[in-house]
Amino acid sequence: MGENALKRTPLFQKHVECGGRLIDFGGWELPVQYAGGILSEHKMVRQRAGLFDVSHMGEIIVQGQGAKRFIQSLITNDIDRIAAGETIYSPICQEDGGTVDDLIVYRFADDDFFVVVNAANTDKDFAWFRKHCPENLRCENLSSQFAQLAVQGPKAEEVLQKITSLDLSGVKFFHFARDVEVAGVTCLLSRTGYTGEDGFELYCAAADGPALWDAILRAGGEDITPIGLGARDTLRFEAKLPLYGHEITETITPVEAGLGFFVRTEIDDDFIGKAPLKAQKEGGRERFLCEVEMVGRGVPRAGYEVAKDGKTVGFVTTGMFAPTLEKMVALALLPKELSEPGTAVDVVIRGKPVAAEVKKGIFYSKKTKSKK
Amino acid sequence: MNIPENLRYTSTHEWVRFDGSQAFVGITDYAQSNLGDIVFVELPEIGAHLEVAAEAGTIESVKAVSPIYSPAAGNVVRTNAELESAPEKVNADPYESWFFVLEVSDPHAADSLLDAEAYRKICE
Repeated sequence: MGENALKRTPLFQKHVECGGRLIDFGGWELPVQYAGGILSEHKMVRQRAGLFDVSHMGEIIVQGQGAKRFIQSLITNDIDRIAAGETIYSPICQEDGGTVDDLIVYRFADDDFFVVVNAANTDKDFAWFRKHCPENLRCENLSSQFAQLAVQGPKAEEVLQKITSLDLSGVKFFHFARDVEVAGVTCLLSRTGYTGEDGFELYCAAADGPALWDAILRAGGEDITPIGLGARDTLRFEAKLPLYGHEITETITPVEAGLGFFVRTEIDDDFIGKAPLKAQKEGGRERFLCEVEMVGRGVPRAGYEVAKDGKTVGFVTTGMFAPTLEKMVALALLPKELSEPGTAVDVVIRGKPVAAEVKKGIFYSKKTKSKK
Repeated sequence: MNIPENLRYTSTHEWVRFDGSQAFVGITDYAQSNLGDIVFVELPEIGAHLEVAAEAGTIESVKAVSPIYSPAAGNVVRTNAELESAPEKVNADPYESWFFVLEVSDPHAADSLLDAEAYRKICE
């Protein structure tokens, strides 16, 4: 693809001004890092706050009589676990239980939903929604109309509170508020994120994005810095948050990926993939997503094979140097008999088996605020 | 971009400092900057014989994996084990962070390498 074909978010000029190192990220021209580098950005989000442009994410609206029933028919989570004013995380699956995407549903009302999907999946998801959508519902892909910014880190609330009159302490984890004025820009604001830290995501009109970006950086001063895609990935991985295309794919179900909590097969309503996912939850799964820590020297990377006694038994879904843990760790899909903590395995790095061990509870403990 | 005049360079972004028949080898400021934060270094075995442009080791940053190539033919006589425990030194001080030392077999090995001016052009 030629450079001219890359899509740009409304914040493109801000990335250039802030010294972003621009890369092709699934067809989007976005910063992998700014001048300080990935490790320093990672640390800022864990210790103070970071500002992310996530405008490449897709936004789909579903409105009309029966919208709730339609949303439930697609998502594996239980839409009635949330009320209006709350958001819910859920996979959406194929008939065979393989994963189409994972997304966040904002419940505006029983007949009004706002769905946020992964950038690279936006067109696929929208086609999936349209294919299953009853004719009377309004279902539209409004992705290009929005800028989306994320403010994440222990100081996120303090920074944002300086530029909004809304009492942010009243917005609980996975709750949202609409038509919030932030530095004079009208936003949808939710206490959500993808870093394992407390924080917020803000959606505004595309044209207002740059002004909002500037206002947040100004309000945060030394306590905030722009964060690129590199640290977005290290932060989410270290907090053991799944990434579509890695932990969940069209051939890896959410139950296999350890996301069974978000697969509510006990509800009365039907949803796509319910029967095979139910069978997996009831003991029928053969693969488990495991935490793996390197024992020998090497960096585990996505796609590397995992071996036991010279035989390939699984593969790494994501692996890297985890900056806060200061360890080489991976998530790997392994057969049940090798999924117990303490099991010795090898990660095959450039053709050589390197010793590793299956563990449990080694990832970063999320600092997000509970709903209680 | 820091490109010291007293060193020789390869088009694959290694620097070389000759000391008699020995060659100290590292990666350039340009290379470390492009890789980003370096988190892992794999060095060659002492005693290994390397041909020109052979893979001598691996450098891994947070997002990238990159080989380091031998700038000349020769035997590895020393390696800088300090980089294994502190790979970030390659970012902080690339021209002090040598990876390995070669006993170079060809006395004219330096002639086929780039000088600072020629290397600067490659980086532009």
